[in-house]
Amino acid sequence: MDQKTISIRVNGGHRRVIDGISVAALALELGLEPAKVAVERNLEIVPRSTLAAVRVEDGDDYEIVTFVGGG
Amino acid sequence: MADTWTVAGRAFTSRLIVGTGKYKSFEENAAAVAASGAEIVTVAVRRVNIADPGQPLLTDHIDPKKITYLPNTAGCFTAEEAIRTLRLAREAGGWELVKLEVLGEARTLYPDMRETLRATETLVKEGFKPMVYCVDDPIAAKQLEEAGAVAIMPLGAPIGSGLGIQNRVTIRLIVEGAKVPVLVDAGVGTASDASVAMELGCDGVLMNTAIAEAKDPVTMARAMKLAVEAGRLAYLAGRMGQRRYADPSSPLAGLI
Repeated sequence: MDQKTISIRVNGGHRRVIDGISVAALALELGLEPAKVAVERNLEIVPRSTLAAVRVEDGDDYEIVTFVGGG
Repeated sequence: MADTWTVAGRAFTSRLIVGTGKYKSFEENAAAVAASGAEIVTVAVRRVNIADPGQPLLTDHIDPKKITYLPNTAGCFTAEEAIRTLRLAREAGGWELVKLEVLGEARTLYPDMRETLRATETLVKEGFKPMVYCVDDPIAAKQLEEAGAVAIMPLGAPIGSGLGIQNRVTIRLIVEGAKVPVLVDAGVGTASDASVAMELGCDGVLMNTAIAEAKDPVTMARAMKLAVEAGRLAYLAGRMGQRRYADPSSPLAGLI
């Protein structure tokens, strides 16, 4: 049987993920190292220490950022 | 004794802060940072590339354990955007020392001082140590310092313009009035501009484009290192007074 999926937004784009995954698992699924990024969920920072504990919910809006070159 | 400067309780030897934007490659960027002797680099905070997450990262080339990353708020036009960006930066990097800039318009990239002051107050309340990009206005500088800015960073000329220090009088007034470090941020075009800033008594200079857009960025980075050091030494040495007319260097007595 197919696993249930939920709809979220990541960096402005729609995405479907398996229901019940953590934010850390989401980052890994996106090919990101959780230790190198910062995550904002529905305009609130998700502390890095809690990424594995916070569950992705249907309708969540994520911004995932990192450092890039700048002046 | 080493001539160091201190910001937010941290001592640095190099008085040159360099940006990490506009370089052709990470390799060139890293080589320029090394040649500049900078101990602090500015970085931007942007969305990760989800379409291609395997792309090399800045942190793979410039080690944040060796070089202090100073996250900026470039591209933010309101206090809220800047604060949101720096909250993310703090989470990504784990440090409070940040560069705040709140821009007023895209054409000049002049800072919006009302928003800048508002953002400074909020950031300080949240425990940040903001180094603040600002107009070259001694009153605005004072207000930022009172709000808790850990460094005042007036522009010498518009960002990316390379026009040099346009108003030495106001930069000097800011230096004289400030109890926190003052760094010229923006406007430096070539080495002599950096020396001018240091001769005015600034604690340091921040630049990006002057190095990144030089024909040979690595050589220009070294030139900037030397210029900042030369300007600093000239300031410490205390320059001669200026005269309107000539004053001979050889003795007049004993002329044949």
